[in-house]
Amino acid sequence: MNELIEVLKTIRPEADFANSKDFIEDGLLDSFDVVTLVAALDKKYGISIPGDAIVPENFKDVQSIGGLLKKCGVNA
Amino acid sequence: MKFTFHRKRIAGLLTVVPAREKCFLEEMHNFNFPESRSLKLKEVMGFDKRRVVEPGVCVSDLAVFGLHHLFDKGLLKPDEIDALILVTQSPDYFMPPTSNVIQGRLNLKQDMICLDISQGCAGFVIGLMQAFMLLEQESVKKVVLINADVLSRKTSPKDRNIRPLIGDAAAITLVERDTEDSIIHARLKMDGRRANTLIVPAGGMRMPATPETAMLEDVGDNNLRAKDHFYMDGTEVFNFVQVEVPPLIDELLADAGRSAADMDYFLCHQPNRFMLQKLADKMKVPHDRMPNNLVERFGNTSGATIPMVITCNLAERLEREKLYVCLAGFGVGLTWSAMLLQLNKVHFNHIIEYK
Repeated sequence: MNELIEVLKTIRPEADFANSKDFIEDGLLDSFDVVTLVAALDKKYGISIPGDAIVPENFKDVQSIGGLLKKCGVNA
Repeated sequence: MKFTFHRKRIAGLLTVVPAREKCFLEEMHNFNFPESRSLKLKEVMGFDKRRVVEPGVCVSDLAVFGLHHLFDKGLLKPDEIDALILVTQSPDYFMPPTSNVIQGRLNLKQDMICLDISQGCAGFVIGLMQAFMLLEQESVKKVVLINADVLSRKTSPKDRNIRPLIGDAAAITLVERDTEDSIIHARLKMDGRRANTLIVPAGGMRMPATPETAMLEDVGDNNLRAKDHFYMDGTEVFNFVQVEVPPLIDELLADAGRSAADMDYFLCHQPNRFMLQKLADKMKVPHDRMPNNLVERFGNTSGATIPMVITCNLAERLEREKLYVCLAGFGVGLTWSAMLLQLNKVHFNHIIEYK
C-alpha cells in the first residue's frame, strides 16, 4: 500500500492521499490524473490496465487501486 | 447496423492543415495547473503540436483551398464532381449548407448534389458510406467527401481538458467506382441517450448565443469554460470507446470472415495517444499496426483524423502495394463506426498547408 501511495505522490505531490476516503470525490485525482496514474502503474509493473477498467470507482482509494492491480496479476 | 458495398474505392486523399502551429509547452502556462502535472500529461497523451486556423477562417475556406489545389495540379477537374459531401460539426452558417457554399465559391456545375452531414469523429466512415450509396446511381461517377472542422474556435482558452487536444483540418477524399469486385464491409452504431457527452451547449436554437453564454465560468477541476464552448466528459468518452469499439470491430471482422491478424492496419480516429494504446491492447493488436502518431503533430482534427493517418503513415506504401485495413471512428452523437476495405491505387495522397 505504501508503494501505491508513493506512485500517487508522483502524480500529485501536494495531495494528502493518506487522509482521503475518496480521491475522486475529494478532488485529489481528476480524470487526467487517473490517466497519468494508469500510465505510471503500467510502466512500474509492466502491465496494461484494461481500458474499460479505467473508471472512477477503481481509483477512489488505495484499496480499490490495489484490487484493480490484483486483477492484473500484481500484488502491490 | 450492418452494411455491405461492392466495387467502390478511395481514389485520392488530400488534407489541408492551417499553417499556424500551437505548441503545448507554450500553451500550458495559460492553464491553471502546475507545470509538472501538465508535462506528465503531455508525455502520456501525446500533446505536442497542433494546427489551428486564424480567427475568422471557416471550413469552406480550407475546403475551397484544397479543391483549388487539386484543380491546379490537374488531379481533379471541377466538372467531374457529381456529388460533394461535407461532414462537419462547425459549418460556416446555420443555413445555407456549407457544401452549397463550397459549390458556389468554386463555381461548380448545377447538375450535382451537395450534402452536409452533421457528424464528427465517426464521420469519415459515415461519409464514405454516403458516397458509396450515391455511386450506385449511374449519374454519379465521382464523389468528393470533405471531413472538415475548425473546432479550435469553440474551445475555451482556459480549459486544459479540451484546448490542447483540438486541431483544425479539412480532409478531401475522392471516391469512385472500382473496376475490381472489391467487397467493403461496414458497421455503425449510435446512442443519442449519451448525446450530452460531447456538446457545445449554446449557439443553437435550444440555447441561443448571448453575452451570458460567452462568459467563462468556473466548471471545477481548475478549468474555465463558457456555454458557447466545446464540452467533453472525458471519462465517459474514454470508457465509451474502450467498451463499445472493440465488439463493433469484432462483429465487423466476423461479417467479413476475417480475423484481426488479416488486417494490415487498424486506422482509428485519434483523440489522444493513450486512448489508442489502450484500445490496441484491448483488441490485442500490436501498437505499430494501430498508428497513434497524428495527435502529437496536428492535434485531434475530428473527422479528418482517419484520412490523415492514412496519408501520414501509408502514402509511400500505397504507391506500390495494396493494403487491407480496418477504419474505426468514434465520437459525437454518440456514434461509433468501422469499415473494412482495401486501399489500392490511391491517385494522390498528401498534405498541404493553408496560408
